[in-house]
Amino acid sequence: MSIEPIPNVEVEQGKVKSTKSRSLGMEALFRLLRSKTSIVGLIIILILMITALFAPLIATHDPTVQSIPNRYQAPSSEHILGTDELGRDIFSRIVFGTRISIQIGLIAVGISMVVGVFLGAVAGYFGKWVDQIVMRFIDIMMAFPSILLAIALVAVLGPNLRNAMIAVGIVGVPQFARIVRSAVLSVKETEFIEAARAIGGKHGRILFGHVLPNSMAPIIVQATLGIGTAILDAAGLSFLGLGAQPPTPEWGAMLSDGRAAIQHAPWVVAFPGLAIFLFVLGFNLFGDGLRDALDPKLKE
Amino acid sequence: MLKYITSRLLMLIPVLIGVSILAFSLIHLVPGDPARSILGEKATAAQLEALRNELGLNDPYVVQYGRFLGHILQGDLGKSIQSKESIGVELIQKLPATIELAIFAMVIAIVIGVLAGVIAAVKQYSWFDNISMTVSLFGVSLPIFWLGLMMIWIFSVTFNILPPSGRLTTGVELNTITNFYLLDSILTGNWVALKDAFLHLLMPGIALATIPMAIIARMTRSSMLEVMRQDYIRTANAKGLRKTIIIFQHALKNASLPVLTVVGLQFGLLLGGAVLTESIFSWPGVGRYVYLAVLGRDYPVVQSTILVIAAIFVFVNLITDILYKYLDPRIKYE
Repeated sequence: MSIEPIPNVEVEQGKVKSTKSRSLGMEALFRLLRSKTSIVGLIIILILMITALFAPLIATHDPTVQSIPNRYQAPSSEHILGTDELGRDIFSRIVFGTRISIQIGLIAVGISMVVGVFLGAVAGYFGKWVDQIVMRFIDIMMAFPSILLAIALVAVLGPNLRNAMIAVGIVGVPQFARIVRSAVLSVKETEFIEAARAIGGKHGRILFGHVLPNSMAPIIVQATLGIGTAILDAAGLSFLGLGAQPPTPEWGAMLSDGRAAIQHAPWVVAFPGLAIFLFVLGFNLFGDGLRDALDPKLKE
Repeated sequence: MLKYITSRLLMLIPVLIGVSILAFSLIHLVPGDPARSILGEKATAAQLEALRNELGLNDPYVVQYGRFLGHILQGDLGKSIQSKESIGVELIQKLPATIELAIFAMVIAIVIGVLAGVIAAVKQYSWFDNISMTVSLFGVSLPIFWLGLMMIWIFSVTFNILPPSGRLTTGVELNTITNFYLLDSILTGNWVALKDAFLHLLMPGIALATIPMAIIARMTRSSMLEVMRQDYIRTANAKGLRKTIIIFQHALKNASLPVLTVVGLQFGLLLGGAVLTESIFSWPGVGRYVYLAVLGRDYPVVQSTILVIAAIFVFVNLITDILYKYLDPRIKYE
């Protein structure tokens, strides 16, 4: 076993010089910034955020304007990623699609997080029959492959982007619930929670004011990794015609629209798929780095 | 062991009941009248009433659920609204195609994933470790529907070396026995069909295997790294045993337990992922069946199919747990 140096003590020419001690948050930030993969992930996410924010300035054409004489144009200086079956500029559609993907990721993960955190926190904190009921419900949800459950939910709710986000959000609930439950189980046994109980703190205040804020690390990691999964699932639904509907420039829907033209215009399929891949990769790389930073024990 | 298996089987009962309630509830989540949603706006009042009666939608929920569960327990999964055929019979025809694809994908994922994970762990921080772990990170981020389309473009359209869709080329004859085409062609000694079925399996199999392969590679690497630091590995090294024996007989055997859990979980995900893969490669399996049912608003097919897939998933996880206990008798369950 190797001995690691104490982080806030510097040894310089035989003298021991004490430096200002770092908080746990700062330690995690330093660890995060030292990881090359998480930096790459962060850069990808930042580029996508900037693209979404300045989409009208970055796009070279209107993403919905059709030009039938220009259909299936190969990439050129006029259309850098070519045009689709209705002559729309693929680059501009991908640029505007960034907004939709970010929206999908945030809303779907928001739904999973709010419901999952609540269920997991209540189950972990109250235990006994509350825990049994909640966790059996979670077990039942986990018995379905997630994309299949999402497809079934969209099938009954109706195929559109809003319902796709809801379905993807619902199937993400079990992951959050399980992670939060186990975090709450360990935090609720700590002395400061015992102290809060001893001074007569109410359950709601102890749970949401003390226990949950101290269980945030795994929630943040799951949220970051969950955004990538949510985008992948929602794009899959749109690809099957169950998510975003035309003419919305959603990447999965763009792939679906272009699949018939793959023989003579592969760029219609290649670039939107590449955009999904980069987006998901960015969040996965960053999420991985975040997990290592917040919980160094998991590093290997 | 028998006691353990019995208790695990008993524990499955509430989960399976819950799964059936969730599958049953799906049709009641339809906004408005499910019969109207199925038949469309042009349906007459008489047609709507007839369908409501056929599906039993006029009865109280408890009665409806009781009937649903009763039929399932008797092996009756209902009738498809579109084809008017028994859903059970249709599923039995289509399940072999999906299971064959899922097993094929899982074999690819396990062989390549475990091998890559072992080499990456043994040669930690080498170029192979860096490349394989980067590729595996890419793998979990890949949209399989995009990968499938790109493979069709490269291998079918550009190089014309692999068939883009289906299970067999038109004109290739095969007498089916089990509906598992690879197995059937071996059983009947039909080598032309065997080669053709194998080539048809390659692209959908690889597309479906990508994500599990990446996850298995990462899990094997981390599990192997942990095991390789154990004292008994050092002892084996000190005894002068050959490296391959140490890695495969001593380390991998013990590192395979967490990998086994991942394999079990991924098999269920493969069944879900099959919906996308089968729709891309026009693979006539359960995934495509449920996809077409969704498009046609054939709710009974959607309900029954996801119920069957969930039940398979639950049983695969049970088998994984049993194997886990068999391979590591130290594990105790309450």
